[in-house]
Amino acid sequence: MSFNNQLYFQRRLVNVINLSISMFTVVVALFFLGWILYTLFLNGFHGISAATFTKMTPPPGSAGGLVNAIMGSLLMVSVATLIGTPVGILAGTYLAEFGQTGWLAPATRFINDILLSAPSIVIGLFVYELAVHSVGHFSAWAGAMALALIVLPVVVRTTENMLQLVPSSLREAAAALGAPQWKVVMMISYKAARAGIMTGVLLAIARVFGETAPLLFTALNNQFWSTNMEGPMSSLAVIIFQFAMSPYKDWHDLAWSGALLITLFVLGLNILARSMFKNNSSN
Amino acid sequence: MNVAQSTLNQVVLAEQTTPPGNKDKGALWDSIFRNTTKFFAILVFCLIFGIMLTLLYGSLPALKTFGFSFITSDAWNPVTVEFGAKVPIVGTLVTSAIAMLIGIPLSFGIALFITELSPKWLKRPLGIAVELLAGVPSIIYGMWGLFVFAPFFADNIQPWINDNMGNLPGIGFLFQGPPMGIGMLTAGLILAIMVVPFIASVMRDVFEIVPAMHKESAYGLGATTWEVVWKVVLPYTKIGVVGGIMLGLGRALGETMAVTFVIGNAHDISTSLMMPGNTISSALANEFTEAVGDVYTSSLITLGLLLFVITFIVLACSKLLLIKLAQKEGKQS
Repeated sequence: MSFNNQLYFQRRLVNVINLSISMFTVVVALFFLGWILYTLFLNGFHGISAATFTKMTPPPGSAGGLVNAIMGSLLMVSVATLIGTPVGILAGTYLAEFGQTGWLAPATRFINDILLSAPSIVIGLFVYELAVHSVGHFSAWAGAMALALIVLPVVVRTTENMLQLVPSSLREAAAALGAPQWKVVMMISYKAARAGIMTGVLLAIARVFGETAPLLFTALNNQFWSTNMEGPMSSLAVIIFQFAMSPYKDWHDLAWSGALLITLFVLGLNILARSMFKNNSSN
Repeated sequence: MNVAQSTLNQVVLAEQTTPPGNKDKGALWDSIFRNTTKFFAILVFCLIFGIMLTLLYGSLPALKTFGFSFITSDAWNPVTVEFGAKVPIVGTLVTSAIAMLIGIPLSFGIALFITELSPKWLKRPLGIAVELLAGVPSIIYGMWGLFVFAPFFADNIQPWINDNMGNLPGIGFLFQGPPMGIGMLTAGLILAIMVVPFIASVMRDVFEIVPAMHKESAYGLGATTWEVVWKVVLPYTKIGVVGGIMLGLGRALGETMAVTFVIGNAHDISTSLMMPGNTISSALANEFTEAVGDVYTSSLITLGLLLFVITFIVLACSKLLLIKLAQKEGKQS
């Protein structure tokens, strides 16, 4: 009897210890998230002023802002989204609506999931070979193309998932009324899955806005105002990289401000996207 | 004549009464739409081969010069134009291994808490917090690592590691070294935090598919929560858990910016984890735009190709395991 009690006590003890460790791991993760955000506000907040949004990136030792970098990021991310979204939605549509038979859909799904996690620096190398090496100069088009390749798998994945959530009875009802398949997809499936697909697009934008690695060899960088897509262009992420790695205090401060801006934008988009999807799915 | 037959007749009748031009138009649009979407799906499918072939083409000059000894050579000398992939490959594997050693238990704990322990109202905020950890851009991790974590690590943790772990028999040499803050260990630790959200969210998803009856049976026999997780949930989902771990590993292997900031970019293999090193991705980020000459550039592209092939294999295994779990799940229900 006493042995059994001891065993029981041991099992309870192991249980309590391990569950406490589990709780502790959650605290650790939240602690690091808090630490990172706290650091960003501490170092970045005081540097943000009107000048951040109106002045160019300065040479070391003088004051300036980030307007050319912000503009470059917005421009390249917009172009990337404009290219990546329609392609992604159409490919996702094939997987969800037409992919019930044959090998193409499962194979594409498989490849797409790998692209989703593929190292972004390799995407940068690929676009470098394709659109920089062959042309002979860095360009914002190449940067946007690299970002589009990162947008693409995210959109494909969410579009497919969201379309598959649309009940088949809706499609069948439309088909029974005599609607051809393209009309069913356009007017029924897309409408029903609209919020979900938008969520995917927002998440994709959030993801590429902070991407640095694919821009290093494609759009490169530019200290001046430029909206010329044919030439090198600065972006917030690359400027942060360059300034943070430099030995100058002014540049570090600007890098912190830029880092805070990027993080607020990216996390804001993440939360917006998730709340949008939640509202829609609860209706 | 039964009901089905009469419905069929009505449908046929309706089809006959529809103007033929209208119907053909519908079919035409159908095929256009179908083939457009198919075209883009094929495009996505071909993308991966495009990437591989392009990188292979770019790495030809290096492969011609060095042959396959490129992989095993630890030379890296832009002046004498001698390059080898051994140092970055080892660096990539070591940092990812550290990330996995710390990241896996951390992720398991978090997934366990969210699925089994958390009160319902806390699940969603916790889920979002973990997603935010994944949403923070990697360059932010890098900057935070360089300016905040590395100095803190050098001042407070590394001396302790030196004193207490540097003398461990067998593995002590791994922890001897100057407390510089930057280095392989720091990079591995930051990678561990970065992969946690990816592994934890897969683990959480697969833990949730365990049928309630399995768990309830174990509880009914008097099992503790831990025993249920360790002896029922984990065996049931082990394929998926390994899939999630591989996904995290794929992320860790290819992570660039965070590592570039804190690895120290030294082209050496050191016995100590405290020493600076190099990974494939950090070598690319640091050197690619400054590389002069075909062979130098091409050697870096070869590194990229190697990274792509390694991550492709890891991610493909991860995906296959997760598919296998989903199939097993489908058969049972």
